[in-house]
Amino acid sequence: MAARGLRESAEFRATSAALRARLRRPVSLFFRLKERVIEWFLLACGMLSAIAVALIFFFLFKEGIVALRMVPLSQFISTLSDVTKYDPVEDVTTVVGQQRDFIWQPVSETPKFSVVPLMWGSFGIALISAFISTLCGVGIGIYLSEIATRRTRDIIKPMLEVLVGIPTVVIGFFMLAVIAEPIRALASGGVFSWLHIPFYNRSLNMFVGALGVSFVIIPVIASLVDDALRAVPNDLRAASLAVGATRWQTTWRVTLPAAVSGVFAALILGFGRALGETMIVMMCAGNAPVIHLNPFEPVRTMTASIASEMGAAQYGGLHAHVLFLVGALLVTMTFLLNVVVEIVINKYRKRIRL
Amino acid sequence: MSAAPHQFLGRAREAVKSRSRAPLWALLFESIVRGITGVVLVALLYIVMTIVWHGAPRLDWEFISQAPRNAMMEGGVFPAIFGTVFVVLFMIVMALPLGVFGAVYMVEYAKGGTFSRITRAAVNNLAGVPSIVFGLFGLGFFILFIGKNLDHYAFDIPRNEAEAKVWEQRVAPQVKAARDEAVRLADEKSLHGGDRGAFIRDYVSGHAPVMHKKVFGQGAMFWAAATLAILVLPVIIVSTEEALRSVPRSMREAAYGLGATKWQVVSTVVLPQARTGILTGAILAVARGAGELAPILLVGVAFSMPGLPLTEPVNFGFFKMPVVNPFSEFMHLNYHIYTMATQQTNPELSRPIQFATTLVLLMITLAMNLGAILLRRHYSRK
Repeated sequence: MAARGLRESAEFRATSAALRARLRRPVSLFFRLKERVIEWFLLACGMLSAIAVALIFFFLFKEGIVALRMVPLSQFISTLSDVTKYDPVEDVTTVVGQQRDFIWQPVSETPKFSVVPLMWGSFGIALISAFISTLCGVGIGIYLSEIATRRTRDIIKPMLEVLVGIPTVVIGFFMLAVIAEPIRALASGGVFSWLHIPFYNRSLNMFVGALGVSFVIIPVIASLVDDALRAVPNDLRAASLAVGATRWQTTWRVTLPAAVSGVFAALILGFGRALGETMIVMMCAGNAPVIHLNPFEPVRTMTASIASEMGAAQYGGLHAHVLFLVGALLVTMTFLLNVVVEIVINKYRKRIRL
Repeated sequence: MSAAPHQFLGRAREAVKSRSRAPLWALLFESIVRGITGVVLVALLYIVMTIVWHGAPRLDWEFISQAPRNAMMEGGVFPAIFGTVFVVLFMIVMALPLGVFGAVYMVEYAKGGTFSRITRAAVNNLAGVPSIVFGLFGLGFFILFIGKNLDHYAFDIPRNEAEAKVWEQRVAPQVKAARDEAVRLADEKSLHGGDRGAFIRDYVSGHAPVMHKKVFGQGAMFWAAATLAILVLPVIIVSTEEALRSVPRSMREAAYGLGATKWQVVSTVVLPQARTGILTGAILAVARGAGELAPILLVGVAFSMPGLPLTEPVNFGFFKMPVVNPFSEFMHLNYHIYTMATQQTNPELSRPIQFATTLVLLMITLAMNLGAILLRRHYSRK
């Protein structure tokens, strides 16, 4: 009460006004201007990432929309092909009708741009590698946060960081040169002939690509799961252990459920990374844009398609614009995944605060 | 995490153990988790060891210092190392100031609210954008938009077919004049038949106005570096933010107390305190930039070049030397590995070279990553 009285008194006001005036005077106009200019410059730098995201969307769609003007949207989903019939007596082939199919054939007389085979490749690889790296990543995350001692943690964490630091080309090359052929030999004969897999014919295929992509995703998921688990308050664990639960019961029934949104966010983020991975799938997924239900057949992803075909496509031609459209589709999908992650994590923060 | 809860947990664990033994499936799951961790770490070691094992025999000084010879089957990879190093150098020169200043604004100046939320979301999104999309963006924005327009205004190169037509119409009189002159000269020399045609063609192509060669509107080291700079921006921003936030509040307040302005506080107190963290971020960014191929695949990487991407010797007054030409194509270690391993008719023949190139790349990136890890550990202990 007394303090407020003092603050409201006329004398205090006069003094503080005088103080403020004195403080303001020595700061010259030049100084204030300089501060202002610097602040504006820093603001421009701070806005750069937002500008970059906006520009990425704008330029991808700007180049991609052109393709939509050249070819109707339906042609990007299913393509029309002639059904021909060969007459062996006359030795002629005649067109007997047309059928709808899903063909990506950008370089031919009648180019066909169905993105379905590319999406099949992208999502197939992303799902398989998300499955593998969920198993491994969540396992490592649990190990790091719940089981490992401080010393082993200090060894394993940097090793995972090293794994993150390996260039994707190196992993792709390793899979291509060292792993792919032995896996094929293993699966289709040799020592494991009793395990004969009749449909594993090609050494470079969707599965090998997904395995390579997993190497990139595992450390991402592992460290995010580790963070999510460590953010769970220790009180919860202590309470669980105090009522007689074992360590594993505590992890499985208490810690993991408490961190479930963090783990979920990690998985979505990993899936997004797998969807955007380029070099590994380009080098060891076989690069054939066909739809096969068999996961041991070659596929081509959206990313690999852009990377391998853009060099040959004429800038300004239809093919290049279509590839930009594929890129726009890709960036939209990863953007949506990111939004989902953002929402999940925000929810998770609120829950942790409770 | 402090030690006290751990001790408490340990004691609780002991108490539970003495009453009921862990069921078998719990033991099983725990060993599975341990096993998974072990398998992944062994796989990591296996990758590194295999590449060292196969790459080391071919790796010598000649391999690092020589250009490739004999259709890439002999010699070294020096031009690729050169290209990698300079692209990354240009990249960090562009990205570091922008990222650091951006992070300074976010931490020191922004007062929360919409700006912070948008920027945070943008940084997260930028980190999640697929790397090939950066390549497409580099092509669409830097080369096809900025580069093409620069070329158009600086060297009068048409940007599209309509402008190309206008250009042709504009130079048509000059072409016609050159042709007339050629015909006149041919008549003077009384050339006939094929000789006459060849002479006229040569004369016209030599004297008619020629379109300037593209300078900015094509793949170049500079555009590749700019593309990578946007890619690594989130890495630098996030680590700089972390470093700035770790500077104690009291230090800022002490500086304000002495009458320093905001920028003086930031530039003389906060930034110097945060320099180790910023350096760590920069090293991580360089390692990331050196390890990416997809973004630069579409913006100027070349499989083989006649020489290094240098300019004509530049006169520095008392000595002359060539400098790096940022608007030239370049070779790159990643692209070298990729092309050698996938685009050759028989990639098995050059496997030793591929392994050795991979080893060089791995050594560069791992050394930088380890350096960043050690640096971070050092300053987080302090």
